Amino acid sequence: MIFSELYSAYYNTIAAMISKIIDGENSDEELRRVVEERAFGESILTVIPSLKAGKWQLVHPDMTTSLVHKPTMPLTVLQKQWLKAVSLDPRIKLFDISFPDLGDTEPLFTPDDYYIYDKYSDGDPFEDEEYIRQFRVILEAIRKKTQIRFEMVNRKGNTVFVRCYPKRLEYSEKDDKFRVVTSGWRSVSSVNLSKIRACFPYLGEKTLDKDMRETEYDTAVLRIDDERNALERVMLHFAHFEKQAEKIDDKTYVLKIKYAHDDETEIVIRVLSFGPRVKVLGSESFKEAVIEKIRKQKNCGLK
Amino acid sequence: MSSYNELIKNFERTRAYMREFYVYGFKSREEYNKKSARSYDDERRRMESWLGDHMSFVRTPEGKSVFISIDSRNICHNPFYKPWKAKSFTDLDVTLHFIVFDILHSPEISMTVNEIMDVIDEEYLSGFDSPIMFDESTVRKKLKEYSEAGIITVEKIGRRSYYRRSETTDITELDDAIHYFSEVLPCGVIGSFILDKTEADSDAFGFKHHYITSAMDSGELAELFTAMRKKCVVTVSNLSRRKSEPERYRLIPLRIFISVQNGRQHLIAYNSEYNCMSSYRIDYLSDVIIEEPTPRFDELRSMLSDMQENMWGVNVRKGNAELEHIEFTVRVNEDEEHIVRRLEREKRVGRVEKIDENTYRFSADVYDTNEMVPWVRTFICRITQLKITNREVEKRFKEDLEEMYRMYGVDKEETE
Repeated sequence: MIFSELYSAYYNTIAAMISKIIDGENSDEELRRVVEERAFGESILTVIPSLKAGKWQLVHPDMTTSLVHKPTMPLTVLQKQWLKAVSLDPRIKLFDISFPDLGDTEPLFTPDDYYIYDKYSDGDPFEDEEYIRQFRVILEAIRKKTQIRFEMVNRKGNTVFVRCYPKRLEYSEKDDKFRVVTSGWRSVSSVNLSKIRACFPYLGEKTLDKDMRETEYDTAVLRIDDERNALERVMLHFAHFEKQAEKIDDKTYVLKIKYAHDDETEIVIRVLSFGPRVKVLGSESFKEAVIEKIRKQKNCGLK
Repeated sequence: MSSYNELIKNFERTRAYMREFYVYGFKSREEYNKKSARSYDDERRRMESWLGDHMSFVRTPEGKSVFISIDSRNICHNPFYKPWKAKSFTDLDVTLHFIVFDILHSPEISMTVNEIMDVIDEEYLSGFDSPIMFDESTVRKKLKEYSEAGIITVEKIGRRSYYRRSETTDITELDDAIHYFSEVLPCGVIGSFILDKTEADSDAFGFKHHYITSAMDSGELAELFTAMRKKCVVTVSNLSRRKSEPERYRLIPLRIFISVQNGRQHLIAYNSEYNCMSSYRIDYLSDVIIEEPTPRFDELRSMLSDMQENMWGVNVRKGNAELEHIEFTVRVNEDEEHIVRRLEREKRVGRVEKIDENTYRFSADVYDTNEMVPWVRTFICRITQLKITNREVEKRFKEDLEEMYRMYGVDKEETE
């Protein structure tokens, strides 16, 4: 069962607190910090008082404990079953790891138990040896905060040589692709991992700016006409953005979506997919991009 | 009147509130009329405690609306995993848990219930003014529960049961992998539970187009996967948006269909009462109970696999209904090769053909062309022909286009 106290933030917090106490770090300040880091916003009101008052008889009033060992817990069957499912995913080969022996644990699910039906079909070659090697070079450099160098062909068809700090590997479930988010490389801030070649750690001494380029954001304002269940469809579709909705009347809603400026073309297309149930109110440039597409469609002569 | 507690006993009500706050977020306190005002206040306060900065509010003439706003591209961990870590427990539960694992601190130590109880009384609780008194059945019940969870192993020697801690699994190398898969695989919250036990925190991965709402349905999903693994029938409660009360169904679960373009998850299952396959939104399902095994699982899943060749989304064949044919052509200019690549990579079924230098045709036969309409609309600005054997769908598509022309005032403009 997933919803169990065995996985609770409180149990993890108490374990961390007892470990601290065993190490002799039992000041109120230190224990409060553990609660703030590991539990929830209001946990401080419960955890330390419950321990001090002897409700949870694990710590004495003088903040010592009769427990001798730092608390640990073996993996549950459910955790092992999920790990077994992970071991069956082809993308596990990206990671340079030897998977633990999970004995005769059955997987929670196999790739045959679920189907991602709207993922694009030109995803990254996750089982390609060179792709895997480059993935590991980049992951290692992110960990060590070091530079990499690689080649890629730009939009004009020219081979360019790049040196940068990889900051993050960004995965899109829709595209089924990884992008490398970088800094210190002036022209662009991210590149598809499958497009880079000859990627190696940079061992030289040249330095680069480590700060990432600031993302520019825009806001799209949409009016939703709640027919054919449009409200729910739109809200779910745009759920992964920072957004705010307002009810105008029983059938009309206004939704503001904050999106990265670089993604505008994609957002325009996504808004169009809702047809006349969604009308763009702003921004002016976003609205103009939508109108331009509709105008062109009218000129296509579809009857 | 019960006092407020940050922890919860049952996830179902929280699941409903989280969805309201995150997916919609425009309702004022007064509009949550299904539950009491106190219940709303408690849920909102818990949400604030769990999700902190992700909670926002806005004042409108109708009152204060609370909503959850998250750009999932800017977070490393799904924040909706947190409520799964808020299960309540008793004072006895937590005390016993830590003491038992301190006594059984190594898999080599093996003890009976009575031996464990003696050590608890002598070494752990004697220093307290009013020590908790554990009776044998409480300790035995807890050990049985832990044995079922797999964290305690029971060995029977003669008539006595000996308990010891299960072997530790070495996961020290897995941090990056668990972090990545906990965000992209179903039931990723379980990976998050594992990460909580490690000190490592990974910010090496980010996620784009990342729908985090599915986290709320992890409990139902795990039960359905378990039922499929055991090839069992399930009974479930289904609250569809057309009904006010949930209906109880008896189903053979066959496969989970996941969308990475709208975040919805469906169960495709065989409903023996209606003798048909249907899709069920996972976020509408609750109270999944695994029943007896069924001999029909393999046959029905194979049937579904065959059907998938003609499924665009989650709609399966209804009775003996004919396949619906769709074809549309798009205009592709010289510098627009990316449009052809889009057709190829985004189509899930069907074919793409080049008609002439500037025209490509997509065609397919599916059970429900209505499901394809949103995708076809993404080619607005270049659709030159559209034919659908389901005339109703074709007619509505074209009427919708006319409405869009009017909506943006281009209907009166001269056609070029």
